[in-house]
Amino acid sequence: MNEPDMETKTKIRWSEYNKEIANDKFFYLRSCIRQNFNPGAEKVFLSILQNKLGKEVYDDPHHTTCSGIGYHSDIVPFETFQTMVARQFSLMTERGYKNCAVSCITSFGGYNEVLSTWKEFPEELEKTRENLLKATGRTFEIPENLSHACDIIYKFRKEIAAQAPYRLINKETGEPLKIVDHIGCHYAKIFPEKGVGGSEYSRVLTGMIEAWGGEAVDYPERRHCCGFGFRHYLIKNNRSYSISASRKKFESMQPYQPDMILTNCPGCNMFLDRWQYALAQIEGKVYGGKNGIPVLSHEELAALVLGYDPWKDIGLQMHQMDVEPLLDKIGVEYDPKLKFTGVKGQYINEPEFTGCLARTD
Amino acid sequence: MNDLSFLKPASRQIDFDNFDDRLLLYVLQYEPSFFTCISCGGCTATCSAGNLTNFNVRKIGLWLRRGETEKLSEEIQKCMFCGKCTLVCPRDINIRNVILLIKKRIAMLKNENSPA
Amino acid sequence: MNNKHVAVIGGGIAGMEAASVLARQGLKVTLIEKQANTGGKLNDWDHLFPDFSSPEVLVNSLATKTKDSGVNTVYNTEISRIERAGKRFELRANQDARFYADAVLVASGFNVFDATIKEEYGYGLFGNVITSVDFEKRMKKHGQLHTIQGTDPKRVAIIHCVGSRDAKVGNTYCSKVCCITGIKQAIEISEMLPDCEVFCFYMDLRLYGSKFDSLYLQAQKRHKIQFIRGRLSEAAERADKSIQIKAEDTLQGRPLRMTVDMVILLVGMEPGASTSQLIQKNQMTVDENGFLKSANVHCARNQSTQEGIFMAGTAICPMAVNETIENARSATTEIIHFFENRRP
Repeated sequence: MNEPDMETKTKIRWSEYNKEIANDKFFYLRSCIRQNFNPGAEKVFLSILQNKLGKEVYDDPHHTTCSGIGYHSDIVPFETFQTMVARQFSLMTERGYKNCAVSCITSFGGYNEVLSTWKEFPEELEKTRENLLKATGRTFEIPENLSHACDIIYKFRKEIAAQAPYRLINKETGEPLKIVDHIGCHYAKIFPEKGVGGSEYSRVLTGMIEAWGGEAVDYPERRHCCGFGFRHYLIKNNRSYSISASRKKFESMQPYQPDMILTNCPGCNMFLDRWQYALAQIEGKVYGGKNGIPVLSHEELAALVLGYDPWKDIGLQMHQMDVEPLLDKIGVEYDPKLKFTGVKGQYINEPEFTGCLARTD
Repeated sequence: MNDLSFLKPASRQIDFDNFDDRLLLYVLQYEPSFFTCISCGGCTATCSAGNLTNFNVRKIGLWLRRGETEKLSEEIQKCMFCGKCTLVCPRDINIRNVILLIKKRIAMLKNENSPA
Repeated sequence: MNNKHVAVIGGGIAGMEAASVLARQGLKVTLIEKQANTGGKLNDWDHLFPDFSSPEVLVNSLATKTKDSGVNTVYNTEISRIERAGKRFELRANQDARFYADAVLVASGFNVFDATIKEEYGYGLFGNVITSVDFEKRMKKHGQLHTIQGTDPKRVAIIHCVGSRDAKVGNTYCSKVCCITGIKQAIEISEMLPDCEVFCFYMDLRLYGSKFDSLYLQAQKRHKIQFIRGRLSEAAERADKSIQIKAEDTLQGRPLRMTVDMVILLVGMEPGASTSQLIQKNQMTVDENGFLKSANVHCARNQSTQEGIFMAGTAICPMAVNETIENARSATTEIIHFFENRRP
């Protein structure tokens, strides 16, 4: 048989594809965006793992940014990026862990890119080992399993459902809540085999929605980028590109009147939340809900159904879009007056207004 | 309130669901041979104007099909009506007439749009 | 030569044509068909390109020819092994049936590409995404094309090269007949529903047949079919069950979005499911595309790499109906030469 001139792929149905997700003993790698804009999300993720699922997870104060945003903006060279990633792995090795739990989608894609590079080009791994040793005196092992935080929530979605006092069901009507998902591009578009269900039909978020009683709504621009795109956003002149991409998504989901948007990426979460406000200011248009569509991440939604306090535990007051309509539909008990109070009950200040447009009433 | 005017939400995408077909329908009515264009580019290769400027006759046809009226009205000014494109067309389209019809229709639309 | 026995595997048009020609030459011929009737995939087809003729007429005339020439046709029998037994061949079937032959002709045909593998096109997920095979079946059964909502489609997109020329699904070859099938189906839709806009999304239009280009011209001129050079990247269902598709308009160099009521995927041909079984226990091999390999692509197209086993039709490579029949006839010539040149 002649060798074909083109490399061909195996015929697999990605929607049936399952990836390996570690079961326990995670080394946590935080997200720059998530811990700055939605710090409650990461805190409550650790709590879910430790207190609800009985898992061991280590949150190392010595770890740094992965520098992925700098790498994707052509500021940090790939060599430096590899060394940064190697340092995270060396912290993991030092603490005796073998499984990484990654909070950020950019980092997740970056770690996978580095691991894949080391596999394909072993000389790069050797060079990185050398660089890290020279710079820090550290050595490292390659992790046995690298999962995104959403993979872990997905893996234990049924256990979470079993413990959850709330379901994603409209308390008034008894109908399942209509939820649209948005998967961060770097979750599976770079390496489809690293995503639950591959890249076209990632099941990672819809699996949670369905396990917790909601209805996952497919919308035409589901696979489209949120528009963050690093250099598209980081340079002010390019931000029209970024917001145009988000608008395309909002227009596409609008006819389905979703009750919320579920994301797995910290960047997407922020942009889908904040751009709704910006578009309302520019065009005077609100794409859903009374004053915008709530945007939650996988940890935040898991925490919500598990009965964590929306303000004190999950920090949902950090979102521009009001989450109260969603809380009311689910029937979550909360005190509206405590929205802008901190963990110790102190007033933490508040924005001029929340949602898309200032209420006139 | 922050000034967000520097953000201009728009798309480069060709939106087939909302396109202006007023030029296209007019051209097809009077020069139905245009239907058979296969974008081979023979016209562009022989075009006198295209040898001197970045004028592209093949793209005129494409823009016409996609309803890009604004782009067309500027670009069409570069044609010198020599008719060489019509001579080489393998589908025997009267391209010269297509260009004439576009010009004519654009002028009509301008009159329609301007206040009496 | 008259006492020689030829077993023909597959009762599609190639098998029927070859069997009847061989029988008329005085050979003993057994035609073995896995289904309950002959005709193969053409039994589901409504009209043929390029003349819009009925495949039923063709299949019936071949069946009559086969019967009249004295071919022994065996139904519901699927051959799983062809083994050499001395100078002859032993053929084993699924239910322990055995056949013996001096020469074998494999006319086992092709498989239709399973469009659910191309997941981003939404076949099997969205009711308004169908294949070219579904189109023919519907037209044959109902004589009309409706959306899943029961309405007349106002805009239809026909997608070329689905499962062909696509390394992602493991098929890098061209299935050859899809381009002209798409144009034929576009014309049929336009004749049936004059208000319906039809778009063909293509990478290259490969209209190799002598009458194919005139059909292309006719599609543009008379039926206003629009051709967009760009490969579909994804299809997604909208709230009203219409389908949003995305492609690049490559001639403009810009992305394009369009909402259509129906999408028709022109699915390609793949090697027959039984091919991998049939090449076991003998010297037959497959080519780089997985179809049965010819001893020589120019002068021994119908000879397999196992002496005494011949091939005809789409078991060799994708072919149109008329080519398949010509190819079947050429196979019979090779078989007759084989017997004539063979020392007793």
